[in-house]
Amino acid sequence: MWNYSEKVKDHFFAPRNAKAVEDANATGDVGSLSCGDALRLTLKVNEETEIIEEAGFQTFGCGSAIASSSALTEMIIGKTISEAQNLTNQQIADYLDGLPPEKMHCSVMGMEALHAAIANYRGEEVAEDHDEGELICRCYAIDSELIKRVVLQNNLTSLGDVIRYTKAGGACGACHEKIEWALEDILKAEGKTLGGIPAKLPVPETKPETATPAPAAASTKLTTVQRIKKIEAVLDEVRPGIQADGGDIQLNDVEDDMVFVSLTGACNGCGLAGATIAMVEERIADALGENITVYPVAGSSAMGGAA
Amino acid sequence: MSELKCYLDNNATTQIDPAVVETMMPFLTEHYGNPSSIHSFGQPVGKALAKAREQVQTFIGAEHSSEIIFTSCATEATATAILSTVESYPEKKEIITSVVEHPATLELCRTLERKGYKIHWIGVDKQGRLDIDAYKQALSKNVAIISIMWANNETGTLFPIQKLAMLAKQAGIPFHCDAVQVAGKMPINVEFVDVDMLSISGHKFHAPKGVGALYLRRGSKFRPMIRGGHQERGRRAGTENVTGIIAMGKACELAAKSIFEDTARIELMRSRLEQGLRARIPNSFVTGDVKNRVPNTTNVAFEFVEGEAILLMLNQHGIAASSGSACTSGALEPSHVMKAMEIPYTAAHGAIRFSLSRFTTEDMIDHVLEKLPPIIERLRLMSPYWDAENNAAKDFIPMFG
Repeated sequence: MWNYSEKVKDHFFAPRNAKAVEDANATGDVGSLSCGDALRLTLKVNEETEIIEEAGFQTFGCGSAIASSSALTEMIIGKTISEAQNLTNQQIADYLDGLPPEKMHCSVMGMEALHAAIANYRGEEVAEDHDEGELICRCYAIDSELIKRVVLQNNLTSLGDVIRYTKAGGACGACHEKIEWALEDILKAEGKTLGGIPAKLPVPETKPETATPAPAAASTKLTTVQRIKKIEAVLDEVRPGIQADGGDIQLNDVEDDMVFVSLTGACNGCGLAGATIAMVEERIADALGENITVYPVAGSSAMGGAA
Repeated sequence: MSELKCYLDNNATTQIDPAVVETMMPFLTEHYGNPSSIHSFGQPVGKALAKAREQVQTFIGAEHSSEIIFTSCATEATATAILSTVESYPEKKEIITSVVEHPATLELCRTLERKGYKIHWIGVDKQGRLDIDAYKQALSKNVAIISIMWANNETGTLFPIQKLAMLAKQAGIPFHCDAVQVAGKMPINVEFVDVDMLSISGHKFHAPKGVGALYLRRGSKFRPMIRGGHQERGRRAGTENVTGIIAMGKACELAAKSIFEDTARIELMRSRLEQGLRARIPNSFVTGDVKNRVPNTTNVAFEFVEGEAILLMLNQHGIAASSGSACTSGALEPSHVMKAMEIPYTAAHGAIRFSLSRFTTEDMIDHVLEKLPPIIERLRLMSPYWDAENNAAKDFIPMFG
C-alpha cells in the first residue's frame, strides 16, 4: 500500500468540494482512462473581479487523485483567474505534504483540469492531440508515443537523454528497461542503433532433422543396462586416478541424460572436484555417443560439504 | 481499528497454519545443521527434508520424490522450467503461452521474445477462456515449451490443463503448468495430467513465503538455472531453505487432508459474497468464467469507481482485498487480465478480487456485505461518470490529459 501523508489521507477520506458547482461558468474535463484517472473541475467565477468564488470536483481515480482534486479546489477558491493560472502541480503536491513519485501525475491532472477550466472560461479551444501509446513511465504517466515524438525531434540516442527530455524514468526507475526497448525500436525504425545494446540475437538456421544427431534417438539404441555398463566402465577407468588422490567415485543413478555420481573421500571439499566431474562427463558422453550431464550427489558422503 | 480483521486476499498470500509453524520451529532453533553434512547436526535436517519432499510428492501425485525440486518461490520454479527447456532444445525457437499468465511467465517470455524467440501469445475471450483453436494451430515441432497457468490469479478462471497438456504430449512438446493458484484449492494429480513440469508456491496454501517447488517428470530434459552445488541432485544449487521446505511439506499434508471439506464450505461463502454484492450494488458484475473457477476466488467489477480508492476505504474497516493482482499494484493501467478479457476501462479499474481460505469465516462475509455497498455509493457520488440523481451512468468524455 502507498505511504500516503496524513494530509493526503485527510483529503481522500474527507474530500472538500466534491460536487458539481451549480451555475458554473467554467468547466475543465481531463483524464486518461487507461491510467484510471478522470477529473471534471467546475468553477464559478465572478465575471467582474475574475475571482473564483466556488470550485467543485468530480473525480474517478485513486486515493491520491481524489486528494489532489480536493486540494486543488481549496487552493484556488478566492484566487483570481490569473493568480490561479500560475498554480503548478508541485504546489498541489506540496500542499498535500508530498505525493509518492508514482503518484505525481495525479497533481499534474489537477493542474491540467484547472488550465482546461480557465481556457473554457475564456472561450479558448484546447488542442486535443494526445494519442495514447503504451504507458511506459508510470510515475509521470508518459507513454511510448510521447517518447517517440521527443526522441525523433531531438535526435536522442540514450536512456539518459530520454530521462532528461521527457522526465520518463526519472522517479522510481522501474521503467528504464522499457524505455531502452522503446528507444531501440524507434532507432531501429530510423536505421540507427543504440550504443552498447546488442540488436536481436540472430536466429540460428534450423538444421535439417537428420543433420543433428538426436540424443534421444541415440539413447534408444542402448538399453539401460548397456548404458550403465558403459558408464561403469568409464568410471572404472578414471577411478585409479581419483583413488590415487585419496578419493573415490561411485555411480548412484542414471536418468535419461542425467548421470548421478557420488564423490567421496578426499574429493569431499576438494576444489578440483568440479574439474573431475567435467572430465568424467566428457568421457561418459564419448562412450555413450550422446550428450549427458553428470551431477554430483551427496550419496554416501557430503561432496562439497556444507556449502 | 477495533473492527473485525477480515483477510480476503488469500490469492496474494495466506496465513501460516499454526500446525505448520509448530513443525518448522525446531529447525529455526534446535536443528540448525546443514542437511548436506555427515555429522549428527545435519542428519535430522536431512531426514526432515526427505520427508517434506515425500509430502509434496503425495500432494501432487508424483511417482517419485526425486521429481520434486525445491526452489525459493514459484517464480523461480517457472523461470527454471522455461529456461531449462529452452536451453535443452536450442534448435527450437518458439514458445506457447497465454496473454493472461502471471508476470513470472509473461515477463520472461517477453524477454525471450526480444532475444529472437517467437512467442505464440494465446488470447482469451470475454469470460477469460483460452482460445483453444489458436492453441492447436500454434503446436509444431519448432515449439520448445508450452507454459500455461492452471487457474488465473485474478479471476480464478481454470484452463483445461489436461486437454492442453494432452495435445502438447501428442505433438511432442514439453508442457509446463503454473499451478500456483490451484495448489491447496483443488486436488492436483500429475498421474492423470500430462504435464512435464508444474510449479507451486508454499505461501499460497498456508506455508511461509520463500519456498516453492518445481515438479519435473522423470525423463524430462533438464538444465539447471542455478549451478554450483549438489543440492536437489544438482538441479538447483544452493543451501536449502530448510525451514521453508519442511513447512511446505507440512502444509501439503494439511491441505491434502482438508481439501474436500474445506472446498465446499469456501465455495458456499464465495457464492454468498458475490451474490450479495451484486444484489446490493448496481452496475457490478463478476469477471471471468464464473462456471469454471477455483472455489475461493471472486473478482467483482464495480463500474465508474477506481479500485485503489475502494481498497483504501475497505482497509479503514479492516477488510483486505485486492485490485487486480497484488503484483500489479502500483501500476496505473488496468491489469493485463482485465484488458485481455476486454473489460471496459471504467469497470476494469474498479475490479476487486476477494480470495478466501479455510480461515475465512461467515462473519467476514457479512462484514464486507455491510461495509462495501456504502463505499461504492460514496465514491460514485464523486465520480464524473455517475449520475447521482438517476442512479445511473452518464456520458463523460474528457480531454485526454
